[in-house]
Amino acid sequence: MGSVEKPWQFNFPPFFTIQPNIDTRKKQLEAWCEYVLEHQKNKNSHSLDINEAHSAIFTNKDINRKLPMDGVQMVLEELRKKGHLEWKDPKVQKECLIMWRTPEEWGKLIYKYISSKSMINTVCTLFELANGDDTEGEAFHGLEDWLLRRALQTLEKDGKAELMSFDGNEGVKFF
Amino acid sequence: MNRFQWGDTNLSLGEDSLTNQTGIALYDGESKTNFEGGVANITSHRLVWKEQYGRTTCLSLPLSLVQRLEEQASGFAKSAKIVVHLSSPVSGQQAGPASSSKYDYIRLSFRDGGQQEFLRYLVQALREKKWEKKYVPPAPPGAPPGAVAGRHRPGIVGIERSIQQKQQQTDTSIDQSFQDLKKLMEKAQEMVSLSKSIVTKIRDKQGEITEDETIKFKSYLLSMGIPNPVTKETHGTGDKYYRELAKELASVLEKPIKDCGGMMTMTDVYCRVNRARGMELISPEDLLNACETFEELRLPIKLRRFESGVMVLQSSTHSEEEVIKKTTEVVESKGSLTAEELAQNIGLSVILAKERLLLTERVGGVCRDDSEEGLRFYPNLLLTKT
Repeated sequence: MGSVEKPWQFNFPPFFTIQPNIDTRKKQLEAWCEYVLEHQKNKNSHSLDINEAHSAIFTNKDINRKLPMDGVQMVLEELRKKGHLEWKDPKVQKECLIMWRTPEEWGKLIYKYISSKSMINTVCTLFELANGDDTEGEAFHGLEDWLLRRALQTLEKDGKAELMSFDGNEGVKFF
Repeated sequence: MNRFQWGDTNLSLGEDSLTNQTGIALYDGESKTNFEGGVANITSHRLVWKEQYGRTTCLSLPLSLVQRLEEQASGFAKSAKIVVHLSSPVSGQQAGPASSSKYDYIRLSFRDGGQQEFLRYLVQALREKKWEKKYVPPAPPGAPPGAVAGRHRPGIVGIERSIQQKQQQTDTSIDQSFQDLKKLMEKAQEMVSLSKSIVTKIRDKQGEITEDETIKFKSYLLSMGIPNPVTKETHGTGDKYYRELAKELASVLEKPIKDCGGMMTMTDVYCRVNRARGMELISPEDLLNACETFEELRLPIKLRRFESGVMVLQSSTHSEEEVIKKTTEVVESKGSLTAEELAQNIGLSVILAKERLLLTERVGGVCRDDSEEGLRFYPNLLLTKT
């Protein structure tokens, strides 16, 4: 894990003040969202504690700026609207799941891999998909269980896959 | 001056000192003398002048020589004077500062003021002519009240009388002070008419003096103030007054507003207008009411309220695009600016500079950095840089 490449905005002080101008703010939030996702992707992490993130992601000690808490919430809300974020407990909003690829995007990636390997109409276990030797090197290799299942559920909705369980194992069949 | 004698301040028998006044200079007729800055003392018999410091020189003038008095009012750089007309010197008088004089009068110049009171005592002394009377020693205590009748009467009557006397005294002093004010007002009126006459003279003689000089002189006059201010007395009340006032404001302010970037805060306007009007001050409310009629009268300036509540007058030709463009440019060239820095940079008040930045921010020209270090504005890289 190398350190994330900081966007240029990170050293631009106004980046850390929520802009009152709507157009400017929109651009600002977009940049923040991208940065947060990039950061998570780099850490290959899917969960985020809002207080930890505040000092880890939303602070630039070099120019002595910190995005205020309401700004952080605004960024996270923006992520949620785009489908990248889910609160573990929507009432508390302290911890959240960050999906730098949405389940749909993961589903498409997996389906593309399956069809390229002509594995349509075959059944494989979830363990095989995420941790099997065959998928090593694929983007979804090592994907957390919950997210993998969510991704497959989106495929199921489109009628491209069917989740099944047998012998205490979970498997999926692609169509 | 030859009527004066070297004298002393000691009072002779039966002589009373009536009043003292400092800052007196003596004139021999029309010409100045070396006797300046002294204390003049009126006694019942004499007019005594002595040096205020030093006190070595002392002149005295018997009041018996005084024929009549004349008052000369004060003027520009001129103190008030009392002219004392004198009869010819009596033979065998004691030595004085001058042996002869071509004038039959002397003048007292009141550089510290107080001539009114001084004159009153002088007139009183002349009327009483105590120097002609033989000195009568005051009645010994216990003697029947006769010589000093009325003054020290005991009992309720006496108290009432002294109260009455006091009231009279206050009445006269009030009268006198208002007299002075009246004179001041008359003088001010004169000044106004003088400046008006100068203006008309310039207009008439435009051909005789060169254009350059006329312009220069006119600008002097203008900086002196508004020659004929609109007042409630001259232009009625209510809406009519406000409309007239608005026209006056427009004509006076149009140029200064343009000079300072097309916009001026109401506080500045208020100060400028009242300074120009001099005596006829207007209230903030009148000013505001007058400014509200600008639009209706289609005058070249208009009143504008910012969202922050700041009110300014701006010229109608003032273009916001221009301001936004200019502000963006300044911020870009400086990297970042606070309102104070912008104010210094373009010579505006801080309030207006801030309004400019906020206006520019509203259209996305700049963006803000609000930290503990204060509010700074940056070029809007968030929008422009990709």
